[in-house]
Parts: sequence; structure tokens; C-alpha cells
Amino acid sequence: MGTTPLIQIKDLQKEFKSQNDTVTALTGINLNINKGDIFGIIGMSGAGKSTLVRCINFLERPTKGTIIIGDKDLSLLNDRELRQVRHNIGMIFQQFNLLMQRNVEDNICFPLEIAGLSKKEGRKKAAELLDLVGLSDKKKAYPSQLSGGQKQRVAIARALATNPQILLCDEATSALDPTTTRSILALLKDINKKLGITIIIITHEMSVVEEICSNVAIIDNGVLAEAGKVEDVFRNPKTEAAKKMFYNNSNIVRKMKGKRIIRIVFDGKSSNEPVIANLVLEFKAHVNILFADLKEINENSFGQMVLQLPEDKDLSDKIIYYLRNIIKVNVEELIDYVGS
Amino acid sequence: MWAADLINIMQANMAMLIKETGNTLYMTFVSSLFAYILALPLGIALVITREDGLYPMGALYRFLDILVNIGRSVPFLILLVAIQPLTTLIVGKSYGSTATIVPLVVAATPFIARLIESSLQEVDQGVIEAAQSMGASLSTIIFKVLIPEAKTSLMVGGTIAIGTILSYSAMAGFVAGGGLGDVAVRYGFYRYEGEIMLITVVLMVILVQLIQFIGMKIARKTDKRAI
Repeated sequence: MGTTPLIQIKDLQKEFKSQNDTVTALTGINLNINKGDIFGIIGMSGAGKSTLVRCINFLERPTKGTIIIGDKDLSLLNDRELRQVRHNIGMIFQQFNLLMQRNVEDNICFPLEIAGLSKKEGRKKAAELLDLVGLSDKKKAYPSQLSGGQKQRVAIARALATNPQILLCDEATSALDPTTTRSILALLKDINKKLGITIIIITHEMSVVEEICSNVAIIDNGVLAEAGKVEDVFRNPKTEAAKKMFYNNSNIVRKMKGKRIIRIVFDGKSSNEPVIANLVLEFKAHVNILFADLKEINENSFGQMVLQLPEDKDLSDKIIYYLRNIIKVNVEELIDYVGS
Repeated sequence: MWAADLINIMQANMAMLIKETGNTLYMTFVSSLFAYILALPLGIALVITREDGLYPMGALYRFLDILVNIGRSVPFLILLVAIQPLTTLIVGKSYGSTATIVPLVVAATPFIARLIESSLQEVDQGVIEAAQSMGASLSTIIFKVLIPEAKTSLMVGGTIAIGTILSYSAMAGFVAGGGLGDVAVRYGFYRYEGEIMLITVVLMVILVQLIQFIGMKIARKTDKRAI
């Protein structure tokens, strides 16, 4: 791809100094995010992902390294220029962070006031945005009168008021119930399509990444473990951290110790074939299905299945060869993987 | 019989009591106004210059912090006398209601600065961060986020402050400061006319109650978090 990425994170390091020691929150992060991506950044709590997203708009100034947005190196900007750049980067939060003493309309107008727009222009823009997020009837309501999902919709409208190119979402759905989460994610996807806005989503939930992200980066203990297209990382996670994120919801991991266990991933083609039935007939082997589920990733279906193969090494090697080269599905041995 | 006496005494002194109630309210509200004008920037400075504030300036913060503590620890009666030269310089005399405003402002400013500081400190850090993410400048954050979001708490603090200033103003009676406190001291303390003293105390209680009631009502009514 010849085009330069919209956001370049270069050799980013962030340390927090307290009186007696220094904590390194992030180190050696390099990441490119292209225009129009919905980029998921996932990690356990405390991994440093919230710090990373705050470095992108320089709410946290990196200790080392820099962020380049378009052609602007943020570390070279003064305060005024930095504030100007922030008009181009919207942000939403887990706790919504609306102004509680302002009504919905005035909340959405707030970034426009900061940008120096007139009240009249602000109100016009607010009306458009309320329409976009489906809350036109709540214009004069105060945040305390809204549900969590509605508050987040207002926050999204507010973040979009200055027509930013980038929207940062810091655990934006973590305080919401599953149904509301889905509707907010659908809204974000819709905004991404309609406005072409690049979205960066910080989350600890893989389901969020699977539901809307095109790309994913996995942050583990302050370092970037792995990054790529969601399908690719799902099909073939290379690092422990990535595996942990994908299998986290299946607590079978603990029982896998010392057995011959494989994980196979089907995509659209192979899910039409009776793969396991064929395998059993072919080898007359006892194959135990430990775990199976189906995921929608970017509107494609992926199946994943964790199988326990016979203890006989020759036989299980043959089965793996068969799956890999005849059926052509992704096979990954979990034999070394002793999950936590 | 005693109650009838009390009413008779009250009627006989009605003009004086009304005038001195007016003086008390005059001292209280004018002092509160000036004290707030001085305390608001001080309170804001205390919030933003602290180490984890929006504009950290450790040395200035420590200086203001100590200054405010000193201001708050000087007993009002001592302050009242100690700053008489300053009072005379500003007002032209050191007795009467207008003169009492000077020590009241000096005593109330650090106290109100602390109240303002604690109100502003209550504003959700996340909301401030959201404003920063929108590219808000320091002054925008102070005047469009901190103060409006702390409005209710500031009004509750204001109510407390006015009540406190009212009771301080009564102490000025000992130096002929005017107002109900002056009446209580002159009649009750020097002339042993307990009835007049009792009436002034009751009036003071009513005034404090009224201020508290009205202040809290306004604070609650304008709070958009509790609709």
C-alpha cells in the first residue's frame, strides 16, 4: 500500500514518575493506522491501552517517540497548535464525561464554542448530529435524565461536532449492557461508513473487536504483542497474548494441559463441508470436540473448534497433516499452550 | 408577664432593631461580595497550581496554601483590632458598619477561598479530560467547565460563607462595629439588659435560618443533576 498511514505511532514510550520510582506504562510501540480503519486496541486491564490512546491526542505526552497525524508530528507542536490538532480528533469515554449542568444540545455545542463557532451555527450542527445518533427528541434533556446508551450517543455526537477525521473510543461500551453495546457499536460502524472517519477502539472485550474492527493490536504488559487484520490474527494468532485474548472466554483452556489438543479455524468455504465427520471416517479415530463456536468478523463467518486428538503420535500427526493440507483449514497445536 | 415585657421592650426599640438588622445585612452582604471577588481567583489558583492541577506551579501553590492557612487561623477578634490602621486608611474611621466590612473581608477571603477550592476540586476529572481532548484552553476549562459544573457546590458554599460572615459581624460589636451584635454587646453586656440581648440573638438566629433556607433552595433548584 503506497499511501501513508493517517496515524503513525513511532517508538512510543511512556513512563510515569512518582516520588520514589518510575513505572513504564508503554515501551517500543510502533503502529500504523490507515484512514478509514476501525482499529481495535485490546489488552487486559493495566496493559497500557488507555495510556496509548491518550498519547494519540497527546493528553499524555510520550516520554520517548512520537505520534504523527497526517503530516504533523505532535511532539513538535506548541500548546496552541496541539489544541488545534485536537479539533480533528474526537474522543469518547467509558463514563461518557458529559457536562452535567448543560443540556444535550449545549453539550454538543461545547466543542464548537471552543472552536469559535457562533451559537447559531452550533445549534444547526447539533440538530444534524442529534439526528445522526437518533436522539432528536432529547435536545433539551439534561444528561441526568438519559440512560447510559443515550449518554454515549450524546457523547458521540459531541465528539463528531467539529467534523474530526479521527474518533478515539476509550472503553466506550464497557459501562453498557450487551444490547446497548451492540447498538453503540452499530452506530460507530455506521459513522465510519457514512463519514469515512477513522475509529480507534480501546477495549478489553474481544467481542467488541470481532464485531466491528477491521484491524487489531494486542497490547500486553506495555508492549505491542501483535497487530494485523482481525481475520488474520484470529485465524493464526502468533503470540501468547493474542491466544489468551481469543480463548479467554473458553475456560476449557485449563483442562488442556498435557493432551494433544489442536485449534482449527474455518472460514466461509470450509464451513460448508462436514470436516469432522470426514476426518473420523477417514482415520477411524476418536476425536473429542472440546469447544466450538462461530464468530462474525467483518461480516464473514468464522468457526473455531478445539479438538482433542488420539494420544498416538503417528495418528495425530497424520490427522494434523490431513487437516492442514487436504482440507486446508488453519490448524494450530495447543500442546505447548498451557493456559493460565 | 415576662413575655409581655419582652414585647413592650421590642416595641419601644423597634426603630433601632430594624435599623441594626439592616446594618447587619449590609455588612454581611457587602463583605460577602468583596470577599468572593478576592477569593474566587485565589480558590481557582489553589486548584490549578497544585501538583496534579491543570497548571502546576508548586512554589506558588505552597505559598498560597500557607497564606490561606495563616489567614484562617488568626482569631477574628484579634484581626479586627490588629488591622484597624488599614481600616482607617480605607474607610476613614475604625468604627461603624462600613468600617467593619474591611476586617470581615480580610477574615472571610481565605475561608471562602478554601470553600471554592473544595467545590472546584469536586468536578469530575473525566469531564475536564473530555474538554482537554476537544482542545479547550485553560481559561475555557476554568470558566466553561470548572465553575459551571461546580455551580451547585459553590452555591452551598456561598450559603455557608454568608452565615459565617453574619456571625462574625456580630463580634464586631465589641469594637462598636454596628449591627445586631453591637446592640447585644451594648445593652446585654454593658447594661445588663438581658431582654434586648435575647431579642437580638433571636433575630440573628432567624436571619441565619433564612439565609440557609433560601441559599439551599436556590442551589437545589438550579442543579441540573437532580431533575
